[in-house]
Amino acid sequence: MASTEIAVGIDKVVKRYGPVTALHGVSMDIRENEFFTLLGPSGCGKTTLLRCIAGFEDVTEGVIRLKGGDITGLPPHKRPVNTVFQQYALFPHMTVIENVMFGLLRSGWSKPEAVARADQVLQLVQLGDFAARRPAQLSGGQQQRVALARALAPRPQVLLLDEPLSALDLKLRQAVRMELKALQRETGIAFIFVTHDQEEALTMSDRIAVMSEGRVQQIGTPREIYETPLNRFVADFIGETNLLDVDVRSVDNGMAAISLPGGHCFTCPAAAVVQSGKGHLSVRPERISLCAQGSGDLDATVEGQVYLGTDIHLQVRLADSERMTVRLQNSETTAVPETGAAVGLKLEAGAARLLAD
Amino acid sequence: MAAGAPMGEGSASNIYRGNSLKLMLPAWAMIGVFLLAPVAMMAIYSFLTKEFRGGVIWQFSTAAYDQFFFNRGLFGDEPPTIEWTYIGIFWRSIWQAGVATIACLLIGFPTAWFIATRDAKTRSVWLFLVTVPYWVNLLIRTVSMKFLIRDTGPLNEFLLWSGTISEPLGLINTNFAVQLGLFYSYLPFMVLPIYAAVERYDFALSEAAADLYAGVWTTLRLVILPEVKPGIVAGCILVFVPSLGAFLAPDLLGGAKTFMIGSLIEEQFKGAAGNWPFGAAASTILLTIVMAVLLVYARNQNRGA
Amino acid sequence: MPAKTDLRRFPGFLTVTILCLIVLYAPLIVVAVYSFNASTSITRWGGTSLAWYVDVFTGPEAPKFQQAAINSFVIAITASIIATAIATLASVAMTRTGRFNGKTLSFALISLPLMVPEVVTAVASLVFFTAIGFTTGLMTILIAHIVFCIPFAYLPISARMQSIPDMYEQAAMDLYATPREAFKLVLLPLMTPGILSGFLLAFIISLDDFLITNFVKGAGVETLPTAIFGSVKQGIKPNIMAISTLMLGISVIFVSLSWLIGRAGQNKAKEN
Repeated sequence: MASTEIAVGIDKVVKRYGPVTALHGVSMDIRENEFFTLLGPSGCGKTTLLRCIAGFEDVTEGVIRLKGGDITGLPPHKRPVNTVFQQYALFPHMTVIENVMFGLLRSGWSKPEAVARADQVLQLVQLGDFAARRPAQLSGGQQQRVALARALAPRPQVLLLDEPLSALDLKLRQAVRMELKALQRETGIAFIFVTHDQEEALTMSDRIAVMSEGRVQQIGTPREIYETPLNRFVADFIGETNLLDVDVRSVDNGMAAISLPGGHCFTCPAAAVVQSGKGHLSVRPERISLCAQGSGDLDATVEGQVYLGTDIHLQVRLADSERMTVRLQNSETTAVPETGAAVGLKLEAGAARLLAD
Repeated sequence: MAAGAPMGEGSASNIYRGNSLKLMLPAWAMIGVFLLAPVAMMAIYSFLTKEFRGGVIWQFSTAAYDQFFFNRGLFGDEPPTIEWTYIGIFWRSIWQAGVATIACLLIGFPTAWFIATRDAKTRSVWLFLVTVPYWVNLLIRTVSMKFLIRDTGPLNEFLLWSGTISEPLGLINTNFAVQLGLFYSYLPFMVLPIYAAVERYDFALSEAAADLYAGVWTTLRLVILPEVKPGIVAGCILVFVPSLGAFLAPDLLGGAKTFMIGSLIEEQFKGAAGNWPFGAAASTILLTIVMAVLLVYARNQNRGA
Repeated sequence: MPAKTDLRRFPGFLTVTILCLIVLYAPLIVVAVYSFNASTSITRWGGTSLAWYVDVFTGPEAPKFQQAAINSFVIAITASIIATAIATLASVAMTRTGRFNGKTLSFALISLPLMVPEVVTAVASLVFFTAIGFTTGLMTILIAHIVFCIPFAYLPISARMQSIPDMYEQAAMDLYATPREAFKLVLLPLMTPGILSGFLLAFIISLDDFLITNFVKGAGVETLPTAIFGSVKQGIKPNIMAISTLMLGISVIFVSLSWLIGRAGQNKAKEN
């Protein structure tokens, strides 16, 4: 499992492109032997940060350390980290084994040693029989594994992965997730994985850094990120949620007393940064159950439903005219209320959480 | 691309950043020393005094330009009047190049259009057929044309034999022969840029025009021509500019009556005239005209963008 | 199926295209045919014969044309190799070093030989070499050829370089290759088709040149075009047609080669 020693330290890194600032003083520590994910929407700065770690981008301000040593100014070829590229970037004019040996030969391995090591890594990714092929003769999944093998062969201290699954089709992507996770365990080095796919992040990561607009929004385990999001962005980006604007009356010991615009009042857990005044209430749709009107926490009217196969999304409107989505498991026993029906909503423990902006 | 570098700077790579000057230096040096400096030297030469039988004396003089524009009589003591001989040669060159350009356009546009609307496989074969002659030595092509259209050449022989004509056409050594030669020399330069423009043309626009009751020729005039205009303009420049300073076609296909700029200049250096400053002045004037045409073109390009 | 209006078709365009091809090819074909004429009179057909080809290699003018051919090829090969090297470096600077001061100016400078009319370049070169006291001869021809070959080599090379994403070189540098090694081991092999077509283009352009060569060649030094021109001035003789046909053949071989290389390069690019 992940140790507490730090593999990569990012300290107040700023990256500007002319007038555009891509990273606003980002700090984080990636631990040894950890599957660490940079998660965020397009343009959030996650790829820029990865490229700064790899050395493809110069850092405007701040320091990047590898195992305690400052690598901020080093060119890519002097950094003992390797990258799996989004489009793999396998050298088309070389065979698979030549691709894998490339980094070995450039970093001072002798040819026989390099051949042996390349064979070994290709076995690891189950491509031992494909050594003499050209990348163009391989399938997308095989190319992806060659890219992994090529990056792992020189025994990097940290492996960087730039959306390596995005070029694969959906079925294959799901299978590769588990392989990748197993590979990380096996190699025992830190993987820094960039993705915009929250499901990928949640299933594979030891810890996730959620980024938005060049800033880190939250760092934590998948469970922490999903269940106790720090702010509105994280709650909205990870999973689905209902966000209601509310008045915060008081905050005491992590619990807040709030009132909805319609006047309905109740207490719920609050993120640490929330203070009295305006706030956002996040209610996960799968943690709401239906009951008779008046017997739940909130009353609502059914406005419509969306059929999704495994689930049914029920659109409801609260008395104070706020809209919410309730997720119902689709089973034979599920009773779906008619449009226009009056229902009560029962919030499970931890379903609602008060967030800052 | 997800996240990362904003695309503001264009997607230009900077992977070898910091090496720009080192990498550009050979090109700068070669073109700077052996083209830019020579052109400057040529402009200087045009203001020097001529040495008989070639060469110059390093003494400032505007005699070359004076000779070009003014007539001061046989002994140089009459009041100056405009000298039309050389201006006339320039004017004729512009006229000849213009006619050749229009001919190239009239033939080149339908050809480019036809090729660009073939399916991908046959298209590359047609394109190949049109470009092959361009790769053949220009001198050989011009000589071939001369051979073909001579009064005793195969064309006239054939027409006489078949009874179509009773006397040779007398094509050689005419303005028409020069125009034909220029047309023949630079036609591919017209076809290729128009082809590229037509290939980018979105045929949904033609469908929209047809849907809105435009016939084929109306569509051509109102929709297609404005869309492919950049290609047409580029093609015209690529034909007009080299035609203007052409030497081989007027020299081999035209006679003394069809003298063009290229021959005028050549004569000052290689021929009997041997007046270097005058040749340099004529070259400088030609270069000025060409640069003006290119500048107007570049300005319009920028405005369009 | 009912006939549909094809919006891509205009009446008469096919006819014009065929007319265009006839104009382009007729003179070349006629000369090629007449080069096999047995008659000494160039206009009367006297049966098929290879006599004029024999004459090209053994006739009285053979040594002159052979020397000219050797000069032409030596100059074309040397000039196009040097121009290709210069153009390749310039392409790297223009497509892979980001922005730098004078980038626009550099592009203008590289395209300058295309913009200046040939006769002006010829005059400028002659004047320049004379002014600095450089004796005209093979060397001056070579220098002038390198200069005007640079843009012809540059255009296909930089176009190809632009179409290759720099991720391959990034991957190489990530795998401990220095920038120089990334260039040599990754970019250069991927560039081969582009560099070859740039080289071929420069080669043909050099071989083709008459006007500039005619100005900067020293007394007695001839390339094939200047030798042919000198000969044609005294009238078109059958041996000229044989030489022309040989050069025509060489040109067709070269352009076919460059076409095939270009196609192979495109297919390769598609594979990736």
